[in-house]
Amino acid sequence: MAALRLGWAAVFIWIFVSLILTCKCDSVEKSDESVRDEEVARSPGEPEHAEESSNDEVQAEKQQWHTTDFGMNDALENSKAHSGGNDSPGDSRAFKAPPAKDHFQEELVIRPLHSGDIYAGFQFRTQLDTDFVQEGKKVSHYRLFPKSLGQVLSKFSVRELHISFTQGYWRTMQWGQPFIPAPPGAELWVWFHNTVQNVDENWKELTNVLSGIFCASLNFIDSTNTVEPSASFKPLGLGNVTDHRFLRYATLPREIVCTENLTPWKKLLPCGSKAGLAVLMKSEKLFHSSFHSQAVHIRPICKDWQCSGTAWELRQTLSVVFDLYTSGQGKKDWSLFKMFSRTLTEACPLAASSKLYVDVTDNPEGELFDLSPATPVLNTTVVLGDRRTYAVYDLTKAETFGQLRSLNLLMRWKGEGGDMLRPLLHAERYVAGFGLQTGEIHTLIYNNHPYRAFPVLLLESVPWYLRLYIHTLTITSKSRENKPSYIHYQPSKDRLRPHLLEMLVQLPPHSVTEVTVQFERALLKWTEYTPDPNHGFYVGSSVISALVPSVVAMDVNSTQERPLFSSFFHTKEESSYFVRVYTEPLLVNLPTPDFSMPYNVICLTCTVVAVAYGSFYNLLTRTFQVEEPSPPLAKRLANIIRRIRGVPPL
Amino acid sequence: MAAPLTLVLILAVTIRAVLFRSSLATLISERVEVVSPLNSWKRVVEGLALLDLGVSPYSGDVFHETPLVIYLFHFVVDYAEIVFMIADGITAVALYLSVKSYNKNVFRKQKYALEADRYPHDCLELMRSPKEMFYIPLKVAMFYLLNPFTILSCVAKSTCGLNNAIIAVFILCTLKGNALLSAIFLSLATYQSIYPLTLFAPALLFLLQRLYIPVNPCRSSFWFFTLQYAFMFVGSLVVIVCLSFFLLGSWDFIPSVYGFILSVPDLTPNIGLFWYFFAEMFEHFRFFFICVFQINIFLYTIPLSIKLKEHPVFLMFMQIAIISIFKSYPTVGDIALYMAFLPAWSHLYRFLRNIFLVSCILLACSVLFPVLWHLWIYAGSANSNFYYAITLLFNVGQILLMSDYFYAYLRREHHLSQGLYLQRKDGSEATLVLK
Repeated sequence: MAALRLGWAAVFIWIFVSLILTCKCDSVEKSDESVRDEEVARSPGEPEHAEESSNDEVQAEKQQWHTTDFGMNDALENSKAHSGGNDSPGDSRAFKAPPAKDHFQEELVIRPLHSGDIYAGFQFRTQLDTDFVQEGKKVSHYRLFPKSLGQVLSKFSVRELHISFTQGYWRTMQWGQPFIPAPPGAELWVWFHNTVQNVDENWKELTNVLSGIFCASLNFIDSTNTVEPSASFKPLGLGNVTDHRFLRYATLPREIVCTENLTPWKKLLPCGSKAGLAVLMKSEKLFHSSFHSQAVHIRPICKDWQCSGTAWELRQTLSVVFDLYTSGQGKKDWSLFKMFSRTLTEACPLAASSKLYVDVTDNPEGELFDLSPATPVLNTTVVLGDRRTYAVYDLTKAETFGQLRSLNLLMRWKGEGGDMLRPLLHAERYVAGFGLQTGEIHTLIYNNHPYRAFPVLLLESVPWYLRLYIHTLTITSKSRENKPSYIHYQPSKDRLRPHLLEMLVQLPPHSVTEVTVQFERALLKWTEYTPDPNHGFYVGSSVISALVPSVVAMDVNSTQERPLFSSFFHTKEESSYFVRVYTEPLLVNLPTPDFSMPYNVICLTCTVVAVAYGSFYNLLTRTFQVEEPSPPLAKRLANIIRRIRGVPPL
Repeated sequence: MAAPLTLVLILAVTIRAVLFRSSLATLISERVEVVSPLNSWKRVVEGLALLDLGVSPYSGDVFHETPLVIYLFHFVVDYAEIVFMIADGITAVALYLSVKSYNKNVFRKQKYALEADRYPHDCLELMRSPKEMFYIPLKVAMFYLLNPFTILSCVAKSTCGLNNAIIAVFILCTLKGNALLSAIFLSLATYQSIYPLTLFAPALLFLLQRLYIPVNPCRSSFWFFTLQYAFMFVGSLVVIVCLSFFLLGSWDFIPSVYGFILSVPDLTPNIGLFWYFFAEMFEHFRFFFICVFQINIFLYTIPLSIKLKEHPVFLMFMQIAIISIFKSYPTVGDIALYMAFLPAWSHLYRFLRNIFLVSCILLACSVLFPVLWHLWIYAGSANSNFYYAITLLFNVGQILLMSDYFYAYLRREHHLSQGLYLQRKDGSEATLVLK
């Protein structure tokens, strides 16, 4: 490790020297470029100055390069003066270009689940204090923020972008509410800037570009699976544009997530997978899990407390659920090495903060499990309406790693885990009916709150080849009809757009609400079927968004811990919290034609038409005549001969 | 004569009312043979539901009825069953009256021809007697009302029943000689489903014949009346289409109704030839074959009108049959309409060549449709080819039936001019052939 650090230091010194040289002599363009290339190739911690750009762009970029280099150079010399020429990679934070401040945080949350599985959630947050989408301003300097995404944001005027790739289904009833929910397959939703003229065209190009960036089949997103939800997906960042014409939402429930999606995702991190928490992300372990979800969320946020400007936040999240219970011979013990086959040795040098949280809520007195190495730092926060306690390990501090300079967190269970709080809201969905003609989609939404009713927004996006009949829509709770207070329905157009159904439904306390709608299965053209048509067609998850009353507010015993004067009225942030629940995707069979006989069908049908045409033609063009018997063959031959001889025929 | 008709009507209504109340009604209304995407009642209800939600029913691809139908049912949706029973009754009565008037007409002509001694002497057995003709209108009404196809169609509340009623009233108006009403109902029928446009030719021929205007392009009276009738037809069509536009405030219904009929985007199986053909079609030939198949329906009009210009009512029957065989979304209700005319041609029976075979084909197919559908869709033990094979056979049967009736009609006309027992030159008995 020491050797690696030394090597890095050497590389950095070399880069500084060459940068100073190129700034001083402008004419040396060639060497400048070669340096740049090498720099990108060799220093993973260095910001991505040069992306692969097309040849005609190179010239333009060179200009910008020089300007940023000058700025950088000044900053560099300043920082050198201040820090006394410290050139270890840990201090590369000092390279800040004055106009664009950015900083990077990383954290890992580990939460033992009650089913015996372990949830590990990585979050990497990069904040860049520049506005990409400002008029007439081009951001050309990228340090921590990945340039590939930055360019995409400014080119397509994206206001907010959320993309997730998920393998497996989050079992809410066993695992509780996820921190970052995602449906199985790929999900993409984007808010465009309200200056965009042709949103659909931007969306089309954006999906193709993202498909390249993430090595995913996002190019299969087209108008047949894109919807514009009117209420379910509100912007999560700054800006109160809620005109849903600028929103596009699409899911690809069939998308399979694997290593080729993880590698480009890791490349977006400032440290790559070379340092910090990202060293744990080895695909052979991550994909040997019950649930894997990786996501990228980009949104504009406030630069500071007064909100004097816009900053951009990039959150990269990765959630994994490991099934260590079955693979560990029925033991629930876990360690970082067991889960990831790696241990932590350092924080990402570019990170402003790097923390590891372990959920120890169930273990206040240490009677349930041992955590080693133990940490005195505990953090209590209210997350998803529940007050949780976390043991915190700060990876930027050297003492966290101990004598061995390596952190292998270990948990040993002493007793059985306590009860899990039942999720207050969860949903499931299935297809009812038999045969290939019709069917019925049932969505069950459970409100487990003992006494509070709350409204939920239900979004269903159903492909056009399942023809929904909206007049068959029924919503029943507690065997009584439950009329939705808001319905937004957009019927499908064949081969053009899917059905979109959004409803605001009030869920009575402690109830199951059943939403059913009938559909008809269409027979498609033979070229429209997938290569395995009898596997069935996927219907994306329905999305339930709700403000759920908090458990903290529900907890009557909390008055014992808190002063009485603080707890008569529910405080707002504790009284309810936002939850998005995704149901299972559906797999629906459609009737299929016989794919082997297009020629036969064309021939046979045309024959039938020809039979009709032929018999009518026959009757129309001919007339009835008395049939004269033709003379026998011998007589006819004789007549021919006689004609040749010039003798009158017989 | 009115009493038996009333009895038939009462019987028909009773059967329908019983079926409406039984559990069979929902089963029947889902059958692909009985309802098509164009006329299914479920889709009408869906359209009304969309209107209630404030969504244009034509913004989606579920509703394909014309605006007038949706506005009709906007008011009478609760009495839909009665509306469909009344429509069937109107069709039956209109067919009854028109066949009665047609028979009267035929008999009068025959009488004049006999008096003028225009028939050969051995043709007496081809003459139609008033006794035989007396029950034909009643039989026609019975064939329509008690035909299982009509009953199924009515119980399924397929809007095909309404279209049939409009066409039947159009026939009645034409045969009664009312040019204006005939043009109006023809334009209504065209507005509903395009294809009745081909009935323009027989109606015009009949009205010309009735006014003793010879079909001669050199005569100005011929052109005058043709233009007059065409003007009435186009005028009322424009009025109806504009009325729909004002009811809805948009032209969305044109692509959604007529585009849907002509471009056949919905490949839901039915008894016609289009669905499987276009499901299996190679993409770059699709447009070509759609054109060919659609032109095919209109193609027969001109040669048939030339051949049958003296017999416009038979021409009308042929056209209705061709439409119901070759239209893009046929249902059994369409077939029931032309089948109702079969008693009117009962005098052709002796010249039909393969009526036994054809009736067997049609009967067997009608039974096999639900069987093979079940095997394909529910049991999973057959595939789409089974159902497709039955639709092919059913259509071949209908085509044979039509060409057989056409042959028989032409042959009878030939005998009426040339004599029934033809002899060869040598005096032996001759056989007739088409040459």
